[in-house]
Amino acid sequence: MWRYEKRLQYPVNITQTNPKMAQVIISQFGGPDGELAASMRYLSQRYTMPYKEVMGILTDIGTEELAHMEIISTIVHQLTKDLTPEEIKASGFDKYYVDHTLGLWPQAAGGVPFNANQFQSKGDPITDLVEDLAAEQKARTTYDNILRLVKDPEVCDPIRFLREREIVHFQRFGESLRIVQDHLDSKNFYAFNPSFDLPSSKSAGNCNKCDK
Amino acid sequence: MMQQNHRGYNMSQKQLADWIDQVSFVLDDTLLYLDTHPHDQEALSYFNRFHQLRKEAMEEYARRYSPLTLDSMASCQDKWEWVYGKWPWEGGNC
Repeated sequence: MWRYEKRLQYPVNITQTNPKMAQVIISQFGGPDGELAASMRYLSQRYTMPYKEVMGILTDIGTEELAHMEIISTIVHQLTKDLTPEEIKASGFDKYYVDHTLGLWPQAAGGVPFNANQFQSKGDPITDLVEDLAAEQKARTTYDNILRLVKDPEVCDPIRFLREREIVHFQRFGESLRIVQDHLDSKNFYAFNPSFDLPSSKSAGNCNKCDK
Repeated sequence: MMQQNHRGYNMSQKQLADWIDQVSFVLDDTLLYLDTHPHDQEALSYFNRFHQLRKEAMEEYARRYSPLTLDSMASCQDKWEWVYGKWPWEGGNC
């Protein structure tokens, strides 16, 4: 289960509002490659992973992504704090404002609402981990794109931190894929789906890396 | 290894909050590494060292300022400290 810690994983202190930028950055909240999608993806996939290390990494990265979602939401909140109707009209933020005022709502920059179609949980460890590797790269590219558009150092600082974490997560998922493959026959990794074709007690039973 | 008992003792609130962020991040990063390298002894002792530092810092922060977790909250209170003070998105505890 989850407990809450009353601080951000990385500090956010934005002193200048910018609703145009908020409209872009919100994609990392509710967009296809955003933190909420990442979290839901990993937390959904972990249940059928046959190896404890991978259950662990999906749980722990999925949890960290919630903390990142909080950082992004804080950035968007501070960029839109106390806006006047004139500022809202002038920036084009009015299309979001009419439906949500200054409330945070998970959507992509283009308006597509957050939805489960943004991720897959396929119930096959190789497939799921390859999906996860791709997800981290997509998130990294999205942060690259944001950094090309945003020049305010108070915004760039937490964004750069989040981008770095995507790269570390990618590394960890690569190691997780290796762990899965180490349990399988290297002559044919696809001979069976260890999340389905074996009873769960048996799939983790005869590995020398797993904790008992 | 240097004396660690009162690491946060002379720090201001901002310094202590920064210190908590730093030691907590060490744990966040190390725990992911340990998930895929569960037998790495060096990583395990690194984690344990910072786990202790964080525990001390969290207790210090809760004692002097406000609780960051429900676990670090003092049991005797005359009001529900948890809700007061700035929340993180308001710039609190950073």
